[in-house]
Amino acid sequence: MSDESRVVVDAKGIERILARIAHEVVEHNRGISNVVLIGVRSRGVDFASRVAGKIAKIEDKHPPLGIIDITLYRDDLIRSTEHPPMVKGTEIDFPIDDRHVVLFDDVLYTGRTVRAALDALMDFGRPRSVQLAVLIDRGHRELPIRPDYVGKNIPTSPSESVRVQIRDHDECDEVAIVRARAVP
Amino acid sequence: MSIVGRHLLGLDGMGAEEIQFLLDSADSFREIAEREIKKVPTLRGKTVVSLFFESSTRTRTSFEIAAKRLSADFVSVNASASSVSKGESLLDTARNIAAMSPDALVVRHSRAGAPHFLARHVGCPVINAGDGAHEHPTQALLDLLTIRKEKGRIAGLKVAIVGDILHSRVTRSNLYALRTLGAEVRLVGPPTLVPRQLASWGDLHHNLEEGIRDADVVMMLRLQRERQGANFLPSLDEYSRYFCLTSAALDAAKPDAVVLHPGPINRGVEISSDVADSNRSAILDQVANGVAVRMATLYLLAGRVRDTEQRQTA
Repeated sequence: MSDESRVVVDAKGIERILARIAHEVVEHNRGISNVVLIGVRSRGVDFASRVAGKIAKIEDKHPPLGIIDITLYRDDLIRSTEHPPMVKGTEIDFPIDDRHVVLFDDVLYTGRTVRAALDALMDFGRPRSVQLAVLIDRGHRELPIRPDYVGKNIPTSPSESVRVQIRDHDECDEVAIVRARAVP
Repeated sequence: MSIVGRHLLGLDGMGAEEIQFLLDSADSFREIAEREIKKVPTLRGKTVVSLFFESSTRTRTSFEIAAKRLSADFVSVNASASSVSKGESLLDTARNIAAMSPDALVVRHSRAGAPHFLARHVGCPVINAGDGAHEHPTQALLDLLTIRKEKGRIAGLKVAIVGDILHSRVTRSNLYALRTLGAEVRLVGPPTLVPRQLASWGDLHHNLEEGIRDADVVMMLRLQRERQGANFLPSLDEYSRYFCLTSAALDAAKPDAVVLHPGPINRGVEISSDVADSNRSAILDQVANGVAVRMATLYLLAGRVRDTEQRQTA
């Protein structure tokens, strides 16, 4: 492989981030009585469900957990000559009207995924508020979007990519920066 | 390389992987019908034209709802009442439609192969909504999706298709896909509509109860009334006496057998009301799944740019 990767958060670090964000969500919303968690497919779902598990330990109550698939709301679909990506479906089995929605995504980059997720969310109702939790904020925003809960800020260059592995989607917990090395 | 072809003309020759991909995609679209706002912005700015040379209400409506739920514009051309009656050839119709730059064309025609001909001449994806007695791929896909939802699988199921097999494009499309996915298919009907020559397609049965014995799925076909008196049937009465699916006849199938029908149903001719309205009938699930299948098809075919290369090869 011509890729060079550097681990920036290990399994222990991810565990600490999840615990901290769980506490921050509970503190910020003064409990979780009116809070729902929604993960953006794919890794945002595991991120959300792991945080939900930690919240359940703090509050003795599991917050409602939903899944949002933003594929149908993307702004780059019709720019591709390839077939559009597989749609895996949205699963929000509870009303979001007047609830505090915490949206989970693994990496915040341009902000376009979050924009799409917000549009998708609004089709399901009118939340009281929407908060954004991300595991990694790597900068380079193209839209006016800011996270409320950040696992770790990692300055990157656009030529690098951030590789997040999170259980159970992946086999381990790890964040690495991958730089494509010029092929000689 | 993408898994889905440029057009959806038929299921003949389509591999299991592609069929499963289409079904998985369609399954994801089902949820949109349950939302309060049943619309996603995916195909905003795209135009879907339906060109029906044969009358149809439910298929055309299903495509229209599917296109509109994806935010595409949907223009419906009733070709039997317009250009054809003025003597325009199919090629000229195709050229005229192409000049309006649609992003997908949905075609129904009484002649087999008409959608394939149009696919070579219109420069946009073509979806076959029924061509003669040849294929009706989206109908078969919605049948498969319904079966998969009810039974959890397709492989290894015993599927009995009952009725006018000879003239049925629904049967052909289903047959190709069911066999590709590993189901066991039986064809049931009177010898005039299930002739010996079809033996290579599956087990032939001329007795209803024998044909549906231990079946997991009983797929009824609509009996077209015009077959009566055209040497295929002595009378509808006689047909229904032998081949109408009543609850007594359905006892021969497995206790949890599911009953399908592409609609519109002729109550008392090929299916009795107590079966059609029973909890074993998935007829209305088929209609709901039809919208999901057509949304997935339009998303996969119309959801990309028309590039110059595509126009040249078309």
